[in-house]
Amino acid sequence: MSELTLKNLSKKPDLICPGARLCSGCDETIIVRLVLKATRGPTIVTNATGCLEVATTSFPYTAWDLPWIHSAFENTAATASGIEAAIKAMKKRKEGPLSNFENIDVLAFAGDGGTYDIGFQALSGAIERGHDFTYILLDNEAYMNTGIQRSGATPFSASTTTSPAGKIFLGKTENKKPLDEIIIAHALPYFATINAAWPLDVIKKTRKGIDINGPTFLHAIVPCSRGWRFPPEKTIEISRLAVQTCIFPLYEVNNYKGKTTYELSSPSLSIAKRPETKKTVEEYLKQQGRFSHLFKPEINKEYLKQIQETVDLKWSILLDKCGI
Amino acid sequence: MSKLKKKSELEPGAIPFKSSKEYETGDWGITYPKIDYNKCTKCTLCHFFCPEGAINVREDGYTEVDYRYCKGCGICSHECPVKCIEMIVKK
Repeated sequence: MSELTLKNLSKKPDLICPGARLCSGCDETIIVRLVLKATRGPTIVTNATGCLEVATTSFPYTAWDLPWIHSAFENTAATASGIEAAIKAMKKRKEGPLSNFENIDVLAFAGDGGTYDIGFQALSGAIERGHDFTYILLDNEAYMNTGIQRSGATPFSASTTTSPAGKIFLGKTENKKPLDEIIIAHALPYFATINAAWPLDVIKKTRKGIDINGPTFLHAIVPCSRGWRFPPEKTIEISRLAVQTCIFPLYEVNNYKGKTTYELSSPSLSIAKRPETKKTVEEYLKQQGRFSHLFKPEINKEYLKQIQETVDLKWSILLDKCGI
Repeated sequence: MSKLKKKSELEPGAIPFKSSKEYETGDWGITYPKIDYNKCTKCTLCHFFCPEGAINVREDGYTEVDYRYCKGCGICSHECPVKCIEMIVKK
């Protein structure tokens, strides 16, 4: 592939084939298709348990057109580091099936349950050891595959089956775990947030992550029509609103010789330059059924104000880090 | 695709998988998209936004829907910049 443009990439065949049994309008395969379009050549994928794994590999079918390894919830990063170590060992000895390839990219896909909660220690260890792999977090903010249970990624006041909205508690009472900051604190070479509403941005960031020698992390927001309770055709619209309201800002973090630099990507940079274009969180929340208790029977101004203040605070901290 | 192999015929670590292309999900949806080629501007955004990879780009630059796999989610119609894709209810 000569240049990364949408026109060139539209001719590159997908490495994940149709026929997967994900819900209609699922954002996970959009992200996966875009990420796989950015691959350079031979690629090995490892995948944690979750919607993506269950739906793409129902026996005897597989939707993956490339080597794929299933791992349990907790050890995706460990599997990825094992693959990378095996490639290195075979190249060193100049024997074995992987020794003939010049470059083999290792990708790891995991959901928010397999990253925020269960797979966290394996991920932290793999980044610390400095293995060369790209970890893609598909963050749909709950355990969607098992029936929408709350996870560390579920945002404040979202209603799930284990944190239902009732008379006393209005959804989840805790805030979302600040995983981005935790991962960046590992001083890994490259970190970025990606969003399917900007396809070229996803592809360029993925290619950058693959090119860099060392552990790289991509955090993707994945709206789930079933769990977030919105009509399937609005997947991309809600994904876009998450950026426009600054709930999920798009940025990159580079670490070069111990110095960390933050950089906003163009969709978020335009909001930073013209703050009047920033939308209120209400526009994002009212589209989703999981927040409907904040609007019915009457608008809960106290909670909306609290959510808006949290988002504004985080956004201003990020702007400070980017030096804007 | 070839027949499933027996357990004794497999190499270590391999699992007898078939491609999911054989599993056609086209009958899931209650609606299907129809592209109006007079309005289409060949931006190919529908190809990138399709969750199934069921919208392919033809030689002439226009996109075309593979109805064998389309689940009828309607993202292509909702996101089309010139609104040239219409969702039609199946009869």
